[in-house]
Amino acid sequence: MAKYLMLKHYRGAPEPEGFVPMDRWTPEEVTAHIQYMRDFAAKLERTGEFVDAQALAPEGTWVQYGGEGKPPVTDGPFAETKDLIAGWMVIDVDSHQRALELAAELSAAPGAGGRPIHEWLELRPFMSEPPTVTE
Amino acid sequence: MASSAVDEGLLRVLTPEVLAVLVRRGADFAAAEDAVQEALLEAVRRWPDEPPRDPKGWLVTVAWRRFLDAARADTARRRREDAVEEEPGPGPVPDTDDSLQLYFLCAHPSLTPSSAVALTLRAVGGLTTRQIAAAYLVPEATMAQRISRAKRTVSGVRLDRPGDVATVLRVLYLVFNEGYSGDVDLAAEAIRLTRQLAARIDHPEVSGLLALMLLHHARRAGRTAPDGSLVPLAEQDRTRWDTAAITEGVAVLQAALARDRLGEFQAQAAIAALHADAPTAAETDWVQIVEWYDELAALTDNPVVRLNRAVAVGEADGPRAGLAALAALDESLPRHTAARAYLHERADDLPTAAALYARAAHEAGTAAERDHLIRQAARINTRLRGGR
Repeated sequence: MAKYLMLKHYRGAPEPEGFVPMDRWTPEEVTAHIQYMRDFAAKLERTGEFVDAQALAPEGTWVQYGGEGKPPVTDGPFAETKDLIAGWMVIDVDSHQRALELAAELSAAPGAGGRPIHEWLELRPFMSEPPTVTE
Repeated sequence: MASSAVDEGLLRVLTPEVLAVLVRRGADFAAAEDAVQEALLEAVRRWPDEPPRDPKGWLVTVAWRRFLDAARADTARRRREDAVEEEPGPGPVPDTDDSLQLYFLCAHPSLTPSSAVALTLRAVGGLTTRQIAAAYLVPEATMAQRISRAKRTVSGVRLDRPGDVATVLRVLYLVFNEGYSGDVDLAAEAIRLTRQLAARIDHPEVSGLLALMLLHHARRAGRTAPDGSLVPLAEQDRTRWDTAAITEGVAVLQAALARDRLGEFQAQAAIAALHADAPTAAETDWVQIVEWYDELAALTDNPVVRLNRAVAVGEADGPRAGLAALAALDESLPRHTAARAYLHERADDLPTAAALYARAAHEAGTAAERDHLIRQAARINTRLRGGR
């Protein structure tokens, strides 16, 4: 019983072999890809392992405390930053092994030519509550 | 709770008993479990105005009616009218209790740990899906699916023979040890269910687990500071420990140990009892604790036991001895670095301790431990800079 974040990157993840950007796919391939993601989330709900899925807008703003009585300091959009998060899925699973399996399955979403895109996903465990019995 | 509110504790105690009656009358487990949940909800609605004279009988009658309604609807759909008509109608409720079988069913080895936990909390504990979902921080729809899958998994299991007590104990231990915070106090719930189990089955390890839970739960108020941060055992205010729970835990443990069938939970409880017994941290009987860790290591190959033993050796024979014991263990064990940091601090090697605390904070699996460890590193580094 552990929660994991599966992180999808717009940028900053290693590029898989034979990578084709999404705008070079056919519309049908894009539709099939999105349907795969939906089906995957629906399947996880049926297995009782789904917690959350969210997508993020690619453009963001850097914000910083501006000092007493002053407005926040902003900067951005941060187009030049290396790492850009596209979205995530949170799962609640019985083992690390199971989390790896599911991440691999999500990474097999179809892309150009209907072939698995082999996208690199970042798998990060949640910090849990401390156990009661420690000694 | 308002005075007119239903005694939820009573409802939850009756849940497995009512479910067992339905199953004994021939209802299949999954349908019976749904019917009992509906009866519980109806009780919450109706009892404030119409308190029943015989709560269990009321619940059985309502649950059985719900079961028949659902079965009839199902039968009509499937055109199998005669299946249900043969079932006996609701009669007087016999006093025997086979809800013990439900413990075995809900902890069946074919279930994953998380499914067994969820099913146990619902079918034996009488919690709603919403409460269980909130306790484990997952959406209600996900928890509902987890429970109905679990019910399908055990649907073919026969309820007429006892299962393995060890699997039940593992599930109850998980509920106790890996609870999140929520409306439902999972640790207290685990104690309630284990106590209920101990009343139904005579087994020293059931008592051992109950004692272990009581002794750890007794320290709960001392375990966290008002700001929510972790307080290590040595620094806990022992006046905040629950002495009634300690007394009960020790009594339960002694009765179990007298049976001379030692098991893992009894040995763990014995260690907890020695901590509970020490008026101050300095008066802890570490030599005896090390002996119990040796017993425990002989019962289980869990490497965490050997790690904890090394820390105890450090207290009994000095930090150098503890570090030597630790050096024999795999460095990737959880808390290995934290234990090394602590023993180095005890050995007055502060720069090493500070560096190890910082590394341990980086490796920590829980936010509370991480915060605690980074504070230790900060404390020593401040001292080394001549701050305090």
